[in-house]
Amino acid sequence: MGRYFYMDDLIGEFLTETNESLAALDLDMVKLEQNPNDKNLISGIFRLMHTVKGTCGFLGLSRLEMVAHRAENVMGRFRDGDLEVTPAYVTLIFESFDRIKEIVAGLEETGEEPQGDDSALIEKLDAVFEGRDGNPSNGTSGADVIPESVANAIDPLQALFDATPVLSPDQFDTIVGVPENDPDDAAMAMEHSAPPASQPAPQAAAAPAKASMAGGDDHTKESALAAQSLRVNVDVLENLMTLVSELVLTRNQLLQILRVQKETEFSGPLQRLNHVVSDLQEGVMKTRMQPIGNAWSKLPRIIRDLSVELNKKIELVMLGQDTELDRQVLDMIKDPLTHMVRNSADHGIEIPADRVKVGKPETGKVLLNAYHEGGHIIIEISDDGKGLPLAKIKDKIIKNGLATPEELAAMSDQAIQQYIFKAGFSTAEQVTSVSGRGVGMDVVRTNIEKIGGSIVLKSVEGKGSTFLIKIPLTLAIVSALIVEAGGERFAIPQLAVRELVLASHKSSVKIETIKGTPFFRLRDQLLPLVSLRDLLGLGGAAKKDGQENSTADSRYIIVTQIGAYQFGIIVDRVFDTEEIVVKPVSRILKDIEIFSGNTILGDGSVIMILDPNGVAKAAGETDVSEASSRVQSDKGNEYKQEKTALLLFNTGDGTPKAVPLSLVARLEEIETEKVESSNGRHMIQYRGQLMPLVPFDSTVNLKSDPTKPVLVFSDNTSTMGLVVNEIVDITEEVVNVQISSSGTGIIGSAIIGGRATDVVDIGHYIRSTDKNWFKNHGDEAYGQQSTQGRRVLLVDDSPFFRNMLTPLLKVAGYNVTTLDNPITALEMRENGEKFDIIVSDIEMPDMDGFEFARKVREENSRWRDIPMVALTSHATQQDIDHGLDVGFSRYIAKFDRDTLLSTLTETLVANESAPPARAGYKHTNGGLQ
Amino acid sequence: MQAKEETASSTTRDYLTIMIGDQIFGIPILQVQDVLGEQKVTRVPLAPPAVAGSLNLRGRIVTAIDVRTCLGMPPYDRGSAREMSVVVENQGELYSLLIDRVGDVMSLEAKDYESNPSTLDPLWRNVCQGIYRLKDRLLVVLDIPRLLENLEK
Repeated sequence: MGRYFYMDDLIGEFLTETNESLAALDLDMVKLEQNPNDKNLISGIFRLMHTVKGTCGFLGLSRLEMVAHRAENVMGRFRDGDLEVTPAYVTLIFESFDRIKEIVAGLEETGEEPQGDDSALIEKLDAVFEGRDGNPSNGTSGADVIPESVANAIDPLQALFDATPVLSPDQFDTIVGVPENDPDDAAMAMEHSAPPASQPAPQAAAAPAKASMAGGDDHTKESALAAQSLRVNVDVLENLMTLVSELVLTRNQLLQILRVQKETEFSGPLQRLNHVVSDLQEGVMKTRMQPIGNAWSKLPRIIRDLSVELNKKIELVMLGQDTELDRQVLDMIKDPLTHMVRNSADHGIEIPADRVKVGKPETGKVLLNAYHEGGHIIIEISDDGKGLPLAKIKDKIIKNGLATPEELAAMSDQAIQQYIFKAGFSTAEQVTSVSGRGVGMDVVRTNIEKIGGSIVLKSVEGKGSTFLIKIPLTLAIVSALIVEAGGERFAIPQLAVRELVLASHKSSVKIETIKGTPFFRLRDQLLPLVSLRDLLGLGGAAKKDGQENSTADSRYIIVTQIGAYQFGIIVDRVFDTEEIVVKPVSRILKDIEIFSGNTILGDGSVIMILDPNGVAKAAGETDVSEASSRVQSDKGNEYKQEKTALLLFNTGDGTPKAVPLSLVARLEEIETEKVESSNGRHMIQYRGQLMPLVPFDSTVNLKSDPTKPVLVFSDNTSTMGLVVNEIVDITEEVVNVQISSSGTGIIGSAIIGGRATDVVDIGHYIRSTDKNWFKNHGDEAYGQQSTQGRRVLLVDDSPFFRNMLTPLLKVAGYNVTTLDNPITALEMRENGEKFDIIVSDIEMPDMDGFEFARKVREENSRWRDIPMVALTSHATQQDIDHGLDVGFSRYIAKFDRDTLLSTLTETLVANESAPPARAGYKHTNGGLQ
Repeated sequence: MQAKEETASSTTRDYLTIMIGDQIFGIPILQVQDVLGEQKVTRVPLAPPAVAGSLNLRGRIVTAIDVRTCLGMPPYDRGSAREMSVVVENQGELYSLLIDRVGDVMSLEAKDYESNPSTLDPLWRNVCQGIYRLKDRLLVVLDIPRLLENLEK
């Protein structure tokens, strides 16, 4: 029995290994076809093929061995350079790979090699090998003589394999098992098996010196790598992950108890445990991470086969293969990605003749790009093909009765394009074997939304299409908002939550109804609402509990966003946010679309996790992506009304204060008794760190109330809290700041909501907490005179900042040109305008700061040598690095006026001393650290 | 497995007896994981009527099933004794069966066993294995996997 298990294990390992090798072989062969003279590649392929063959022989898999052996022979001729790598031969090799895969699949299923006849394939391979396939390039003289010696000389290992008799499991057992019983027997057994192997060895040893030299370096590298990693069964990892999840839950429970207990001797060790568990969680999560390249490995082969089949020339460019994401997520997106790349190649890229006609290069390009962006992975799939044909989509929409021509006329192009995500929609005129079978983008969208992701399409007819997929890093642990409706608690994933609004009948912030359907005015938009209580049929329960009165008066609206579609969920109460471990629901409950899972909270109770997509669906929004395109086009209009979102708050002196909302990281309510003092400064424990607190001014008394609202500002790693008396509102207004130099901490005053309001200089408060926060805060005077009359180009889409910075720069003696978008700026470049320095925002519609910088730094750009400074409201190290990569010299926080001024002078001076070379700039991060 | 057991321990099999209303039921003892007292159950909106909710059993989420609903019996009268539940495992998931009362463990003789009589309520016939003739009353054996399977539909 044990022996069979042993063999099973062996075959299992063999299957895993072979599958991996085959995937790698596919990739390498495609590369080889493009690069036929790459010796390293050929020997790499040869080696892999050889390993496959060798293992087959060892395990007695004769069919596999035959095919692999013959394919290896042909590969051997490639390697020796006496056979040219042509597409026809590559196809033949691929054919043998496919056959091997087929056999391996059969082996995996039944444990035995499936029956089948490979003689035709073998004959073809042999014909090529022996040079009698009729191809003129394959007419090497003496082809039938050389192969014999080549076959023998290929590798000493090979010779050993060939010569070693294939062991039956019984024999194997005798060899391996005997030593326990009798050493002499074992020695005999070894001797017995040794002679046949040793005979061919000397003969083989002489020849292969060349081969082993070519491969030698790679071998050592590989083995060094292998020593650092080990293969772990996925089940083990999954199990570990579950355990860590449990640990996180228990930790949460302990912390909950601690919160109630306040002072106990456990708090110290518990904090420590808390940190360790967090680290452990992170560590285990890391083990589940896999490079996204694993999901892409099949694509080059697919594209290669497609281009042959469709007579197109297609180049596949893959960027960011190393971007890592959770294995579970990876599995889920593998198929959608493959489908989309296929689509791009099949529908998108035109045949070479058509491409040349419209002035594009013959070879079409499909680009795959993956990168991190704020807790998400963005995958970009774009092609430079013909784009989505609007007219055809329109025809199809009308034909399928999805919309009327009148409705279509009113829609934006983008809205019409979104129809490709509808079920049964395929625009290919002809069904090829590749795509156009009606399983289309709707499946892709569903799959992506299932894992909490979203997909956006941009396409310009004639230019190409781009799909942007945004997916979460992991599915296992999410941060969720705990809410209550109808007496039951639910969790809503924080990712989907945009903001919270408290609506009550008494105030102006109220829910209005149209024929019983609730709506809410969210700033300048009508927000559709769904009541969670009604949706879940929990209405009766609340009445029974006698909560009806209290909940009718004031209810919370959770503004939820899926893709670009916003809607509000009405709940009765909102509790805390908690890190929750998503557990799948029981089979009995899996059909309820509105829940994505369930979890155990810190207090030990079980709660259901709402799926925002499901809620939107249940609430009647049948097609979220359609709605999102609607919203998107609305947003486009919004940009033109030049408004800034401001947070209004009160302090003791009666004048309302305002700060741009984009600068505020969070709003918090702190318990004043938890505020600690150290060294004359106030601070509080916040998210496991000490956060300095600054009262806005002397009129704000930290001890006057049990709780105080705090505006949290954060910059890369540091945070600080600004304590105020009351947070009044968030408003969007056209702001015109009149600069005043009178008060410290105030930029100036503006009329907001009909009242004179102080606009706060956040930089002032940040510096008051930590002198080191900004490395350069402008105390030293730089060559002030040199700035006189310098031309500054300021690009920022926000009118607020333009209005704030322009006077500031003018006062400092600069000659300022202000623009609201980089596109106009680039037009100015074409018109021959010149500047000494460019200051640009990063987050802008249409074209962002990174893109702008790239354009400015292009070859032959007239502005190539102008230094650029990036302005941003939230800078992560990643952003900063990215900015420096694309050509920004410095990164500055928006609210820090002084650093801006000092950096400008500094950069100008630096630029003067080393004018043309960009290397002359210091690549420090503009004072942010 | 079960067939083996039968021959091994002669002709008797062990059952946990439970009471629902006036009827005594039996659950094969090997299927029982736990017996719980009254538990805090979270309701699951939109779930099938027989699902009473979910509860936390030592860190695992357990789906609570109201056996009365499954058997088409009137809802539990909260006035009488405390509600109890029996935890069973089925295909890797835990279920807590809400019942009225848990009785003794009984070893029952195969000679007293009969398969479902054809006159038994069709709903019951679907979720019961058979009947044991006890001295003074009849014990119905619940077929747990089938009872749960019915809920999945």
